[in-house]
Amino acid sequence: MKNNDTFSKTLLVAVTLCLVCSTLISFTAVGLRDIQDANKELDKQTKILSAAGLLNNNLNISDLFKSIEVKMVNLETGLFDESIDSSTFNEGSFSRNLDTSIKLDKTQDVATLKRRENYQSVYLHYEEGNLVSIILPVRGYGLWGTMKGYLALEPDLQTIIGLEFFEDKETPGLGAEINNPKWKSKWTGKKIYSSEGEVIVSVIKGVVLPDSSNKDYSVDGLSGATITSKGVTNLLKFWLGDLGYGPFITNMRNGEIKDV
Amino acid sequence: MSKVKEVLLNPIFNDNPIALQILGICSALAVTSSLYITLIMCIALTSVVALSNMFVSLIRQHIPTNIRIIVQISIIATLVMLVDEVLKAYDYESSKTLSVFVGLIVTNCIVMGRAEAFAMKNGPLMSFLDGIGNGLGYSLMLIIIAIIREFLGAGSFYSIEIMPLVNDGGWYIANNFFLTPASSFFIIGFTIWALRTWKTDQIEEPEFKISENSLDAERRTA
Amino acid sequence: MLEAYLSIFIKAVFIENIAINFFLGMCTFLAISKKIQPAIGLGVAVIVVLGLSVPINNLIYNIFLKEDALFPGSDLRFVGLICYIGIIAALVQILEMFLDRYLPALYNALGVFLPLITVNCAILGGVLFMVERNYLFSESIVYGLGAGTGWALAIVALAGITERLKYADIPEGLQGLGITFITVGLMCFGFMSFGGISL
Repeated sequence: MKNNDTFSKTLLVAVTLCLVCSTLISFTAVGLRDIQDANKELDKQTKILSAAGLLNNNLNISDLFKSIEVKMVNLETGLFDESIDSSTFNEGSFSRNLDTSIKLDKTQDVATLKRRENYQSVYLHYEEGNLVSIILPVRGYGLWGTMKGYLALEPDLQTIIGLEFFEDKETPGLGAEINNPKWKSKWTGKKIYSSEGEVIVSVIKGVVLPDSSNKDYSVDGLSGATITSKGVTNLLKFWLGDLGYGPFITNMRNGEIKDV
Repeated sequence: MSKVKEVLLNPIFNDNPIALQILGICSALAVTSSLYITLIMCIALTSVVALSNMFVSLIRQHIPTNIRIIVQISIIATLVMLVDEVLKAYDYESSKTLSVFVGLIVTNCIVMGRAEAFAMKNGPLMSFLDGIGNGLGYSLMLIIIAIIREFLGAGSFYSIEIMPLVNDGGWYIANNFFLTPASSFFIIGFTIWALRTWKTDQIEEPEFKISENSLDAERRTA
Repeated sequence: MLEAYLSIFIKAVFIENIAINFFLGMCTFLAISKKIQPAIGLGVAVIVVLGLSVPINNLIYNIFLKEDALFPGSDLRFVGLICYIGIIAALVQILEMFLDRYLPALYNALGVFLPLITVNCAILGGVLFMVERNYLFSESIVYGLGAGTGWALAIVALAGITERLKYADIPEGLQGLGITFITVGLMCFGFMSFGGISL
């Protein structure tokens, strides 16, 4: 048995090991980076397409996504803002940074966000030159954590096409049923604003009765998941209200901003 | 040959890392809600244990004793990072579900424990087999938990529907208890009970024995 | 501002308890929970190590590893894991030497637990969650302490229950490890009732 505990041997082993390990990892990481980034992008695109009901098994996701245009919106003014690059936009760092977000006080903060970023990316879907749907990122607090998703609207900005969550921490089997295709399909065709312009779409407790006067504005509650259901209602109320996409939606309706 | 068999099979029932050695439990609980995710985790862990055992064993003659722990950790961490990178590239959905748990293989005590206890003393091939064996012991436990949880919690086996759920228009009311990670504690607890009823030498001695009721004892002697 | 920190702390202790809800540090959690005294010692050690290693790793992440941190275009996140574990190991070693030299009383109380902590996944888990959630430096201090407190709380509670359970008549095969698992399972359900608390 040789003596391994000399200073030079220890140093030699440590340095060799570091070199071998780091080379190995660096090569793998750099080699796989492109595939990983592509995966991330693909995942996001899939969710956006799914919210708008555009997923089609026969077609390639990135081909489908070509018909969708990404635009940055200034939530304060409700106008498009080209000064921010949508490909590097990061919701998380924007909503933390004091310069690019506003603090919400208790009465405003219905979706428990604490701070709201001043910019958001919106996705506009065109078919043969006509706007067919507008997809808005939304998020809000549920039972265990923040639920993040995409809401797809018809060009009248009143009718919902679909709501798809891509991140949640809700209880499996109860709150996590927000990802159940059957429940998600209930959103299609629901209306958002009352004639007074208030956001009244909501997830109710129990089942929506066919003769209910509010049936166009309500969605069946998730049984056993009252707080999650409330969370979904709240996040829609916030993001479709004045502090969310409200100004943008008003501008869009009045034709103040033209698409493209 | 019998040595090979022993090294490979012993950790599965006689010396199960989870049920007896209390090693590597963390991930056993959190990732077992569906069989597919569990299998990915098992493959990841088994390959890390086997390979780290082999590499540690290969250079065991050259590892200075005073830095051996950090050497082992570096080797393990390197392997785990490789697995993580590969998973992110080729199975993005699973890597999202597993989130930090792949990274946590680094501190999975099975890996460190086997490197220190077995690989430092045995040849590369034996160490490799020991890694596979321990990986299998771990996998067996995880797969049992995952099958039970997925079957009763979602009515399916490997995502193939067996009992159609009421939510999807079927007849089976999903047992939500099995969807919560807490259920795996109960499943492991009862699996240990079953295993120890079969292999009675694994039973732990109680610290405190309830003495016989004195009246009963008197009656018997009377 | 204080409110935000309190919210992170409460969340880390109760709602996202690192032992009960994420099952991290389970090996030591189950092994050292037979008596209350050592459980308290280990709990305190985890609070100290998490409270130090999460903020330190937060600095490392923000200064060196993050995208564009060193120079525009750099991205060293893939070596994160080995940096974190290295720092945790070094930190535990330094802490051990420091306690031995200056606070021998505390060293005697915590000493045996410190080496155990390097391979405790609660520590690495806490660090990884900090990275995943993008905490700021000040937030990471609060999160580290909160996560440690949560873990300590859980292990002390479990030790309390186990101490009582030794007088119970438990079926043979279930003695020891088996019943501990089931107890922790029941504790999980207890902790689930903290869900929905929003601050």
